[in-house]
Amino acid sequence: MAVTTMIGARIQRREDPKLITGHGNFIDDVNLVNMAHMSIVRSPHAHARIRSVDTSAARAATGVVAVLTAADFKSVILGPLPVSNSFVADKKQVPEQFPIAADEVAYAGEPVAVVVAEDRYLADDAAQLVVVDYEPLPAVMDIEKAMEPGSPLVKSDRPDNIGWDAPFPAGDIDAVFAEAEIVIKQRIGQQRLFPTPMETRGCVADYVPYDNRVTLWTSTQVPHFVRLFVGGALGVPESQFRVVSHDVGGGFGSKIRPYPEEYLATAASKITERPVKWIEDRTESLQATTHGRGQIFDAEVAANRDGTLLGLKFTQLLDIGAYHGVFSAFQVVACLLGGGCYNWKAINARSIGVFTNRMSTDPYRGAGRPEATHLVERMVDLVAAEIGMDPAEVRRKNFVTTFPHTNNFGLVYDSGDYAKSLDRAMANIDYAGLRKRQADLRAQGRYTGIGFSTYVEICGLGPSAATAPAAGVALVESSMVRVHPTGSVTVSVGTHSHGQSHETTFAQITADALGVPYDSVEIHHGDTGDTPFGYGTYGSRSLAVGGMAIMASCHKVVEKAKKLAAHAFEASEDDIVVDQGRYFVRGNPAESKALAELAFASYGAGLPEGMEHGLEAVSYFDPPNFVWPFGCHICAVEVDVETGAVTIDRYVAVDDCGNVINPMVVDGQLHGGIAQGISQALFEEVQYDDETGQMLNGTMLDYLIPTMAEMPRFELDRTVTPSPTNELGVKGIGEAGTIASSIAVINAITDALSPFGIKHVEMPARPDRLWSMIKEARA
Amino acid sequence: MPQQVALTINGRRREDYVEPRLLLVHYLREVAGLTGTHIACDTSQCGACTVLVDGEAVKSCSVFTVQADGKRVTTIEGLAEDGTLHPVQQAFWNEHGLQCGFCTPGFIMAAAYLLQQNPSPTDEEIERGLEGNLCRCTGYENIRKAVRSASAAMSGMAESRDLVGSVAAPVED
Repeated sequence: MAVTTMIGARIQRREDPKLITGHGNFIDDVNLVNMAHMSIVRSPHAHARIRSVDTSAARAATGVVAVLTAADFKSVILGPLPVSNSFVADKKQVPEQFPIAADEVAYAGEPVAVVVAEDRYLADDAAQLVVVDYEPLPAVMDIEKAMEPGSPLVKSDRPDNIGWDAPFPAGDIDAVFAEAEIVIKQRIGQQRLFPTPMETRGCVADYVPYDNRVTLWTSTQVPHFVRLFVGGALGVPESQFRVVSHDVGGGFGSKIRPYPEEYLATAASKITERPVKWIEDRTESLQATTHGRGQIFDAEVAANRDGTLLGLKFTQLLDIGAYHGVFSAFQVVACLLGGGCYNWKAINARSIGVFTNRMSTDPYRGAGRPEATHLVERMVDLVAAEIGMDPAEVRRKNFVTTFPHTNNFGLVYDSGDYAKSLDRAMANIDYAGLRKRQADLRAQGRYTGIGFSTYVEICGLGPSAATAPAAGVALVESSMVRVHPTGSVTVSVGTHSHGQSHETTFAQITADALGVPYDSVEIHHGDTGDTPFGYGTYGSRSLAVGGMAIMASCHKVVEKAKKLAAHAFEASEDDIVVDQGRYFVRGNPAESKALAELAFASYGAGLPEGMEHGLEAVSYFDPPNFVWPFGCHICAVEVDVETGAVTIDRYVAVDDCGNVINPMVVDGQLHGGIAQGISQALFEEVQYDDETGQMLNGTMLDYLIPTMAEMPRFELDRTVTPSPTNELGVKGIGEAGTIASSIAVINAITDALSPFGIKHVEMPARPDRLWSMIKEARA
Repeated sequence: MPQQVALTINGRRREDYVEPRLLLVHYLREVAGLTGTHIACDTSQCGACTVLVDGEAVKSCSVFTVQADGKRVTTIEGLAEDGTLHPVQQAFWNEHGLQCGFCTPGFIMAAAYLLQQNPSPTDEEIERGLEGNLCRCTGYENIRKAVRSASAAMSGMAESRDLVGSVAAPVED
């Protein structure tokens, strides 16, 4: 019998035909009859008291349907935005954020008024006519000054600017540092970043007054979350609130929260009795869509001169922004992963979340793990440089080698082979040859460098046993698998793709699990009207958790199909063999039935006694553990010491995400992930004025998103170490590239500049920064 | 005051009255109903709105509709001919040159224009030719591959076809 395994096959994406011909259905493509357009008046101040809002001129403007302020929304939006903060058990402050400011604004871009008009041009025109009288207040921008007693407050009703302060001790850190031969201190920054999905946010809200029903189209990673919270705040039960998210033009973590505008558009639709559309422009997006990173790490490493790592101490100072993002506290995970893929006697971490008058930070691709990798890989390189040992050898000497491995904080690494990916990456880049070339070029006055990043990440969020106490939510995932009478299959899931290719890869899994043709499987997601409740797509969880939920439903379908086959063949269920979707009695494969035939029978007459009609199943999957992808990235750069410009000569990556469903998709995820890490290392940084809190680079003209010319070729390879914690043996790959790459680049630059006595380079390593450092070192 | 314009879009002529300030991209999306052309930056960096005006790649967010009066416009919806994908479209599909797909129409239009101008570009010429387009998903690796692969596919064709039936002849003033 021919093997028709879809899992592991490089098949082209079924998402693509519509997208390459202009027939995608993104949020701005949704148009309803009688639809009005919403424009938002936002605070130009980082911090100010609102004395008054005069809407009279705007109300009188052409085409205006309504001009609304906080007072108008008060009776319609009954609750604040959600925050998941129980991740932090210790001191914490959780101020509520309402979707629109009433009397005090706390970041530039906070909504103050809403204009609804006949078209977007008229809405924007009228928004200019809303007059807000502000009394500017001091902007709190520096996270260290904000922590000081007596600092001005981010908002006047708060006791201080501390969002959380949580210690994470593991082991006797003082004893370990006391016995160490060397101790090295380093401050390491993680600048703020714009996630910058190419499609900005937007939504279309349609409130039907007669029966209190809402349909909300929105560009989100989490349609069920949006329904839960926006519906809750507006007093509409889930059964009457449908959230639809068709094609989503990227998210990278910035679309995992219910946002103020989703509440405002829905409420505005209720008030005006019109469908209301809001499409974010790019400057709004940069101001008012969550940012990533925004952290400072003060770290100390203890080691011996033979390269043995002993202990790590660090404090994470995290710029929360004015309000918590929904998962801002998740980024504390950097503390728990700060040890990376090495053995340590003790780690002592502390996370302090600090409010500032900026937009909220929330998870951005990697969310805490890129920061952890950057931290530990930087510190390991500092040790290597101090003791004069090859950075690869320091890593190899300290790798965790036995699995499952319980790290210092009790997290269990499922499987891995860190030396294998290191060896393969070194072979692929010809490490010895590269070092020789480096020496040759240095003799000619050229400065090249080689940077390592050996990483492990936590994915597949997450087991309810861990996530419920930590984050207040059980991050399980759901599926419904329905086999129709003539054998086609609908799979509905609670996750939601925004570029990850789930329609293709989930169909590959289903085809194999049910033994049906790939083309007969249809994946539904993004519409709460026809999918079971799910927590959405982020944290590299959709395959390891959502994919397993599909497997669970497929198993139930197969079990029922076996009963149907036993009945049809008048045999015992124990004697039914299932092979590639054919059901037959053991020993008699010639007489078999396909799943489609059994499905047809399941909807007909003459079923076994007591059996219900139909062939379908619903499942929720709660993973037994997280999954732990890992790998090794090596970057080779040249720095032009006269200009400070960095050229990436080679970028080699060996990643291990366990079993692979579709290698083409996995490689694509890595390309994009690596690009975002490189971009953080070299280019990107959200800049605010330190005094006024004004955003200084709030357009794509000013914020550097790299073009094709700035990106190197990616030389990818992989090892395959299946996860033992799920049947598919999968881990996750959406964030791995970003988690690994920023530090590979920075370590390479630092290596290149080591002849100048430069030991550490901050991000972004822009030419001006490097040029100044080189100039200073030469002086 | 609305002004009358007449454009030929994907080979079909239409006449409309539009406000002078209406951007071409909004006209295409909201008046002509062709939503394949996207808006992503508002400041002409990203190229998601790239269309062809009289055969030349143009960012339609930086053109008023009235400036396109009398011209021929090709959008992503008009690139495939008789149900056959343009080689650049096919190559983006084959090479996984897209993930979320939002920047893709602009990239495909810009790449199709590039290959019409320069059927066998070097990697550097591809990078220069597409420097006006931004993608946040792919790291550009597979976009570069797709353009190379489209170039190879097109060089195998007897005659490089026009981007649209209507592009070849320059517009008479």
